Amino acid sequence: MSDLDTTFTALADPTRRAILARLASGEATVMELSEPFTLSQPAISKHLKVLEKAGLITRSRDGTRRPCRIQPETLAQATHWLEEFRELWDARFRALDDLLDDMKAGHEPGPRDH
Amino acid sequence: MYRHTLEVAPKGERELVMTRRFDAPRALVFRALTEPHLVKRWLLGPDGWILSVCEIDLQVDGLYRYVWTHAERGEEMGMGGRYLEIERPDLIVHTEQFDMSWYPGSAIVTTRLTEAAGVTTFEITITYESAEARDIVAASPMREGAGASYDRLDSLLAGLATV
Repeated sequence: MSDLDTTFTALADPTRRAILARLASGEATVMELSEPFTLSQPAISKHLKVLEKAGLITRSRDGTRRPCRIQPETLAQATHWLEEFRELWDARFRALDDLLDDMKAGHEPGPRDH
Repeated sequence: MYRHTLEVAPKGERELVMTRRFDAPRALVFRALTEPHLVKRWLLGPDGWILSVCEIDLQVDGLYRYVWTHAERGEEMGMGGRYLEIERPDLIVHTEQFDMSWYPGSAIVTTRLTEAAGVTTFEITITYESAEARDIVAASPMREGAGASYDRLDSLLAGLATV
């Protein structure tokens, strides 16, 4: 499987996506990650292994804690977030250019025209 | 022909900055950003999505809400937040949160407008809740390999769609 396939397979599970959402706020241990779920810690650990293999998270050892951290670059590359963000805002600002031209020419849409 | 270009760049650990100039006075730009019937004219969704809800209560602690609806599938993408600071016509600070929980979309957005010689510079600073969240949006540009894989995936999907 290519890197991208592994990433998408890892993302195709709602529990794993929720784990990533939590890690987007900062690192967490396996115990902390298990708290919101009805799954057992070993079940969560299985998900973490999949995420780690896909390069979406890294795990380190800090004494008895094993904190997990998200690897933002992997997710960003798979989802092209910045590109989509940039394209969307580019389109919006061109539409805003057009609206401002209308407003300057006195052809502003009325409050009820939408 | 559109004269001005959009600049997007990460700043520090947790911020993303967008800068864009407009050939219009600041007062007009401020109105276009804050009056719902005007916002609906430019706050487009991605292809196929329509802005179906646009509510703005422009005052400190007032709320705003935007919802885009997919024209064919009927799915919804919503976001909203609260105004923290408003100084017409040059500053708006608000929180921003997306309904979809797995997008790192809880942030503080600071919009500044400055005007010189009839041209307004619009600068938006998005401050994410964590360095990780900011990096998911703005991490290093595509490496050649990853980009090429994605293009192959696109062609494969396009090919399958015609079967």
